[in-house]
Amino acid sequence: MKLLTCPMNGLRNIDEFQSFGPVRARPDPDATADTEWSRHLFRAENRKGIVTEWWRHVPSNYFFLAERDLVSNEIICTFDASELRDRA
Amino acid sequence: MPLRLLKYGLSRDYPVSGDIPATPELKPAYDVVIIGGGGHGLSCAHHLAKYHGIKSVAVLEKAYLAGGNTARNTTTIRSNYITPEGIAFYKEGVELFERLSHELDFNVMFSQRGQLTLAHSEATLRSFHMRAEMGKHMGTRTEVVDQKGVEELCPLLNMDYGGPLEILGGLWHADGGTARHDAVAWGYAAQASRRGVEIHQRTEVQDFEVVGDRVQAVKTNRGRVACGQVLIATGGMNYDVALKAGVELPIRCYPLQAMVTQPLKPWLHTLVSSVSLHTYLVQSSRGEVVIGGGSDPYQLYSTRSTLDMKEHLAEGAIHLFPFLQGVRLLRQWAGITDMTPDYSPIMGASPLANLWLDCGWGTWGFKATPVAGKRMAQTIAEGRVPDILKPFALERFETFRLLNEMGATAASH
Repeated sequence: MKLLTCPMNGLRNIDEFQSFGPVRARPDPDATADTEWSRHLFRAENRKGIVTEWWRHVPSNYFFLAERDLVSNEIICTFDASELRDRA
Repeated sequence: MPLRLLKYGLSRDYPVSGDIPATPELKPAYDVVIIGGGGHGLSCAHHLAKYHGIKSVAVLEKAYLAGGNTARNTTTIRSNYITPEGIAFYKEGVELFERLSHELDFNVMFSQRGQLTLAHSEATLRSFHMRAEMGKHMGTRTEVVDQKGVEELCPLLNMDYGGPLEILGGLWHADGGTARHDAVAWGYAAQASRRGVEIHQRTEVQDFEVVGDRVQAVKTNRGRVACGQVLIATGGMNYDVALKAGVELPIRCYPLQAMVTQPLKPWLHTLVSSVSLHTYLVQSSRGEVVIGGGSDPYQLYSTRSTLDMKEHLAEGAIHLFPFLQGVRLLRQWAGITDMTPDYSPIMGASPLANLWLDCGWGTWGFKATPVAGKRMAQTIAEGRVPDILKPFALERFETFRLLNEMGATAASH
């Protein structure tokens, strides 16, 4: 059983969580051409390496972030969404 | 030793040569370099050599032949998709499978036993009606059957009458079938190498030498290879390989897991698939029941397995066929699927003039092995994309002309 540390609920079975994919910067709707919108919508991060992604703890409907290695599947850290801006 | 045997040993035909020659020395240049020695790459090599007279072809495989997704899929062959573009393409694929053993002079054990997809809800049944009508319109054998029809086609199914997963009907696809995956790859490899194609195993492409809008050469662990044209057909590694050439594909990688039971007497005479249970079953010619399902729930470059997914598959399989509960599992494995946003493949041109893509095969690649190879060979030989492949172009994402393939297995929408 793979475990994930939820910032709110602590160490839980990863089965209780749902992945929402890599974090993507929201483009400026007024200054974005079609090609960039297409990139934003369809080209999610998929490089071999560490990715920052959205997760949800399903029973508590709590969204948070995790840094995870896409090759080894090691979860490096998890943190609350409020920390995202500080990290960026 | 009976002396009579000796005359065979002394014959000019002895020793019998293997189907696939040992990896030769790498030449400094080839007309066509195919990256990926799986079914798709080998099929393309065969078509280039046999139908287009292009014999200066090298297939570069980083590990051993057909050991990636060609070896890890669950060998479903079908054309009961929902988009006319998809059906037209996969229909040609099924037709090529129908005569593949003759084409390759190699028994690929194609068994056109039909595929039955089950509906446990009215909503699924409605989508089946749409798929059946599209299928008929495009000239495939696809029809909706009622409960009685399902029972006749697969008498051992648990219909779950009155239960939450009652089978309300099915999509019967008489064109559906299965074949031996290794034989498909070996057959193509044997035919291609007989015509002069070089197959280089343990030859990993590590980088691309791009000058202007062309790939000048690929750099491998065995040296530099200049190339006229290049094809990327590396399955789960498509995103990673294309990125080395500076091409970022709209692909995300997810593991896909499957497993087989111990060999049983023949009892399952069709391919059976359930959309709601995310489970499908086929009995191989060895008697093993192959059980597959949907992709893993999150992105990963790994062929590891998880108990969660195996339990999920077992639950679905036992629900459909309760007598499987005492049967042992023999093997389990995973492959890496390169999923596109619209569940359709990406075939044709790339931003580089001589780099061609045969990518985005997600969970639906095996059935397209003959047709993708045939059509990509045509594309490379003629230097332009044939009409049948145009809807699958990479540009569709930039022009927002997605080909939403709801008929894809493991389509999690």
